[in-house]
Amino acid sequence: MADFPKVLTSRYGIPQSHQLKVAEQHGAYSAARQAFTTMKPEQIMAEVKDANIRGRGGAGFPAGVKWGFLPKDSKLAPYLVINADEGEPGTFKDRTIMEIDPHRLVEGCLITMRAVGAHVCYIYVRGELVDSIKRLEGAIEEARERGYVGKQPFGVDHPTQIYVHMGGGAYICGEETALLNSLEGMRGEPRLKPPFPAVKGAFGAPTIVNNVETVASVPDIIRLTGKVWSDQSRLPRDGGTRLYGVSGHVKKPGVYEAPVGLTLRELIYDFGGGMLRDDRPLKAIIPGGSSTPVLRPEDLVHAPDAGHPLHPWHGKSHIDVPMGVDTFRALGTMLGTCCAIVMDNSVQMVDVARNLMHFYSHESCGQCTPCREGTGWLHDVLVNLCDGKGRPQDVDLLVEIANNMMGNTICAFADGTAMPMLGLLQKFRDEFVAAAASGVPAHSLGATARVSGGVA
Amino acid sequence: MTFTLSAESEKILDELLTRYPTKRAACLPLLHLCQRQAGWVSPEVIDFVAKRLEIAASEVQGVVTFYTMYHQKQVAPNVVWVCRTLSCDLRGGRELQHHLEKRFGCGVNETSQDGKFTLKKAECLAACGQAPMVQINDSYHENLTLESLDRLIDDIAAKTAVGKQ
Ligand SMILES: Cc1cc2nc3c(=O)[nH]c(=O)nc-3n(C[C@H](O)[C@H](O)[C@H](O)COP(=O)(O)O)c2cc1C
Ligand code: SF4
Ligand code: FES
Repeated sequence: MADFPKVLTSRYGIPQSHQLKVAEQHGAYSAARQAFTTMKPEQIMAEVKDANIRGRGGAGFPAGVKWGFLPKDSKLAPYLVINADEGEPGTFKDRTIMEIDPHRLVEGCLITMRAVGAHVCYIYVRGELVDSIKRLEGAIEEARERGYVGKQPFGVDHPTQIYVHMGGGAYICGEETALLNSLEGMRGEPRLKPPFPAVKGAFGAPTIVNNVETVASVPDIIRLTGKVWSDQSRLPRDGGTRLYGVSGHVKKPGVYEAPVGLTLRELIYDFGGGMLRDDRPLKAIIPGGSSTPVLRPEDLVHAPDAGHPLHPWHGKSHIDVPMGVDTFRALGTMLGTCCAIVMDNSVQMVDVARNLMHFYSHESCGQCTPCREGTGWLHDVLVNLCDGKGRPQDVDLLVEIANNMMGNTICAFADGTAMPMLGLLQKFRDEFVAAAASGVPAHSLGATARVSGGVA
Repeated sequence: MTFTLSAESEKILDELLTRYPTKRAACLPLLHLCQRQAGWVSPEVIDFVAKRLEIAASEVQGVVTFYTMYHQKQVAPNVVWVCRTLSCDLRGGRELQHHLEKRFGCGVNETSQDGKFTLKKAECLAACGQAPMVQINDSYHENLTLESLDRLIDDIAAKTAVGKQ
């Protein structure tokens, strides 16, 4: 297995790495000092553009480009808001930064605030993550005592404040405009766009919303320069290293850092230690959080045309395609949060669909009829299928409900529900048809309970 | 009965209010602060928050019902959240829930026979790589087996006195 250099996770193995003293001995705040004392904001922004960093929150938008959307003529200072709502099923990576190396995020916030001209930063953390909140608050306090957060960070006249804001437990608050409403003390209901947050965000002011991992990567971008940081990647226009998560039926679930462009095969068999049980082969992978459509190892890339973005992998298995924002979109799925859920052949896909649609029907904010009704209806039909009470027409009904949810709503939640549903129906249609026809209950999840006790 | 914050929490609230350009933005953190003290978000807590933040009680109520972390009914001294989303269910989340239902003699959203635990179902808690897991009060307990879960519950039960809450 390739041994990749640790960049973002360089302090993960160090005892007490969450303390300023320790973090600083291992390089923390040197990039912030450099950025504040030797660089103009435009230079910081140029490095981040050169880094080709694609947002780590799910949509993969280039961070440097997003920062450039801030209006130049606004009378209101922009806010920086960090999305630490980590709630996408299968995703558990941002938490490791906040708990193990919170100073990396604080340092990233400082540099980002300097680059975009922000003086106040809110870190919106999902409320359940009590340990993350404590670690961050401790880190901010230490940085404040040292003067890094305050009136004159590193002696430069650019006052900064960083606050942790505790969420209330609602997946939809991860959507950036819902997050802003929640930050303002309201129900976490997404806002119609435009206006985009960069123009009118928190408290009516221009606002940059970025994921924890995105901003925690900024210190390394400054330290290495954007180009060097970017070139660690195996792919073009999608730079750097990133955190990969793997959960489900593997021997060593966890969070691992590697260059952008790792393959699912490497993630599952090298990092993840292979399938949990040797007698149960790999059946399906949800590649980047539950909203990303499922992949199968037996599917081969079909891209004979030399101009096709996947042509270099023509004839190879989907799990041998490098994981990137653009490559996975070309595969008909999404890279999402880059945290994969791995399933072996004991799992019935109808039951997987039921589990996920339970999640989405529970979490829909209810503002849009197609989403509110559609998620509930999908779940009801799937419960019947799993209970052996399905009807043959239910399979087409699921397709129809999902199709009606696409593209008709205020936010991307409805698409993020319909796409994985349609993906499961397309790739495992036989299982849905069989469940509807046989009337045999299809509960399969949990068949490997207690085996987890053997995993370190 | 009206609700009042402890002197210590009042200080935290004063500082909270300096963080945001509007009072209303303190709504979620203030509700957390009150729940920590009262154990749940009672109608009195809602009135208190509305008054302090100068918004309508109905608006605070709307916030409370939107988020899962605010208890709208009284709960036992320990709240056990079992994660039942996909990664946990692949590794036995459902068994954990059924085991707790049997042990507690209650269903989801109910309180155990001994009055010490309220059982709840959670959606993905960002610990998928450490599945199956439960959250009890502020703490995550990960990589559970039925045996380690039982030991954990034994421990907490022994430390929980009921009746005095
Ligand atoms: C339903 C929904 C949930 C989301 N949840 C999260 C989340 O938990 N964390 C996150 O960083 N982004 C989440 N996002 C993406 C954000 O809206 C936004 O794109 C992201 O925070 C931008 O940061 P980035 O550009 O650094 O990735 C979610 C989006 C949707 C539609
Ligand atoms: S799509 Fe769903 S979650 Fe998004 S705003 Fe509409 S109802 Fe709410
Ligand atoms: S699925 Fe249980 S923590 Fe994510």
